[in-house]
Amino acid sequence: MSFYDVFCRYRNSEWEAVLAAVSGADIERALQREFLDFSDFLALLSPEAERYLEPMAQRARELTLRYFGRAIQLYAPIYVSDYCENACLYCSFSARNQRERKRLSLEEVDREAKCIAETGLRHILMLTGESKKMSPVGYLRDCTRVLKRRFSSVAVEVYALSEGDYAELVSEGVDGLTLYQETYDEDLYRIIHPSGRKRDFRFRLEAPERGAAARMRQVNIGALLGLADWRQDVLFVGLHARYLQEQFPDVEIGASVPRLRPFVGSFQGSCRVSDKNMVQIILALRLFIPRLGIALSTREDSRFRDNLIPLGITRMSAGSATSVGGYTKAAGQNEGLPQFEIADSRTIPEIMARLREKGYEPVLNDWIAGL
Amino acid sequence: MLEDTLEIGGKRIACRLFVGTGKYSSHAVMREVLLAAGADVVTVALRRVDGSVKTENILDYVPQSCTVMINTSGARNAEEAIRIARLARAAGAGNWIKVEVIADSRYLLPDNMETLKATEILVREGFVVFPYMSPDLSMARRMADCGASAVMPLGSPIGTNRGLRTEELVDIMIREISVPIVVDAGLGKPSDACRCMEMGCAAVMVNTAIAVSRNPVEFARAFSMAVKAGRLAWRSGLPEIAGGARASSPLTGFLRDTE
Repeated sequence: MSFYDVFCRYRNSEWEAVLAAVSGADIERALQREFLDFSDFLALLSPEAERYLEPMAQRARELTLRYFGRAIQLYAPIYVSDYCENACLYCSFSARNQRERKRLSLEEVDREAKCIAETGLRHILMLTGESKKMSPVGYLRDCTRVLKRRFSSVAVEVYALSEGDYAELVSEGVDGLTLYQETYDEDLYRIIHPSGRKRDFRFRLEAPERGAAARMRQVNIGALLGLADWRQDVLFVGLHARYLQEQFPDVEIGASVPRLRPFVGSFQGSCRVSDKNMVQIILALRLFIPRLGIALSTREDSRFRDNLIPLGITRMSAGSATSVGGYTKAAGQNEGLPQFEIADSRTIPEIMARLREKGYEPVLNDWIAGL
Repeated sequence: MLEDTLEIGGKRIACRLFVGTGKYSSHAVMREVLLAAGADVVTVALRRVDGSVKTENILDYVPQSCTVMINTSGARNAEEAIRIARLARAAGAGNWIKVEVIADSRYLLPDNMETLKATEILVREGFVVFPYMSPDLSMARRMADCGASAVMPLGSPIGTNRGLRTEELVDIMIREISVPIVVDAGLGKPSDACRCMEMGCAAVMVNTAIAVSRNPVEFARAFSMAVKAGRLAWRSGLPEIAGGARASSPLTGFLRDTE
């Protein structure tokens, strides 16, 4: 039994018809309930629920305050290698894009880490493209050792690994795993992942539970919104998050719902996700799983990010560079190509000041270095 | 009345409202809350302490007069809780430890077995240990027997503000357990805290309700007053509450007929 079995039970559902049949009464009932089931979640994601965004927001704010307080944890991504053997149609790192690639030496990793750590951030998310040759598990392990010297928490957002590989990273000090399914539409998944190991839908789908089984402390899942029908993808994100929470009660489960951003490549997705849709998604996730960590990246612009904070966000990336070596590049020096364009380019002190203005404490450290 | 202090871990505690330091909008607000409450004991999660960042160390905002009780928030088992306690002591954060072992991310309910294990070991290592627990008489007895300085049963799940939903169990613990009972978690309003104190709790611990209220400083003051009122009422002796109506047909009336 894995999440793939749950996925198979639901994948052929007539979602469009089910979502269209949701009534105002269904949504009002969901808003009254303390513990929401999947049908409540579905109601809150329906087109009809767009008329209930304000009461949903009030409830989401109250739940978020209750369980997370007036605190937002900040973290930064560090891209260590952009060599990639996959050919994802929506990503700048795709093997099909002819471009110069870069992998940081451990000294360069340390220089980047130092630059980030000087801002006071103590949570870092390490990212790579998928290349067993250029960024094998041994390289990730070595990078982790370097990063652990400067950060309390090191999380990874890398290609899907086996449970044994995750356990190896955990033993080196990695405590968090972020892995997006990209889309839960299996047919579309095959189309947009034409080659490379990532093409294996099921191996990726089951990776978060392998990470949890390997004793990761936090597991963060998500879908890249805009690739497929967003309502269906978010329904599966919710199902997946709840499954993980039930199977691994001692793991903190989080979700992210990044939207497609401009990148080098041609595939632009089939489904536009408006700001209003994004709000509905975050509210529905918060109401469905009150203690779900919800992360928001610099893909979204500063104004929108600021407005989303009270609605359920618990973690934000800040001061991000999305290219390999992006933090320490000197003027005129070649850095790698960014994985996606950043929309919120504020510095960490600027973001911290804005959070404080909004009555939130920016949390730079929320884990214990020596543990 | 004689001075009414709580003697615990070799200290005399005047304020029976313990205050948590998480979830505030800023460290400055948190400090004002601690001062307004007159708090003597405050809990701080070690995971939020970053000694390397000089300007923003949460401990710098805790008034000097307070005793810091480090909590082991984030520990999923006894081993992790023990390591956190040792790290805290090594970092100079003292030896008062609130053992909080949570392996349940949905409701954040504590794991009593692991908490007991950590308590036993930490007491042996010289810590002043306050285990946070789901109210259970047998467990509380074991924790007290192995040297816990107090036990901290939850009133309702963390962050819910539902009040003292575990009243019956806490009441039994108060009567049966030799160490102080400090109700922790779930108290949403001053009257909840007052009720705990009227029952005979030694102290209460509050965080979320104060931190997320519209006016945390005034709300902390209200909690502090309620704790004092409840304590004073308990010491004064609460009057019996009148029972139900008198039976119209006496059950012993036959005795008169036979005399």
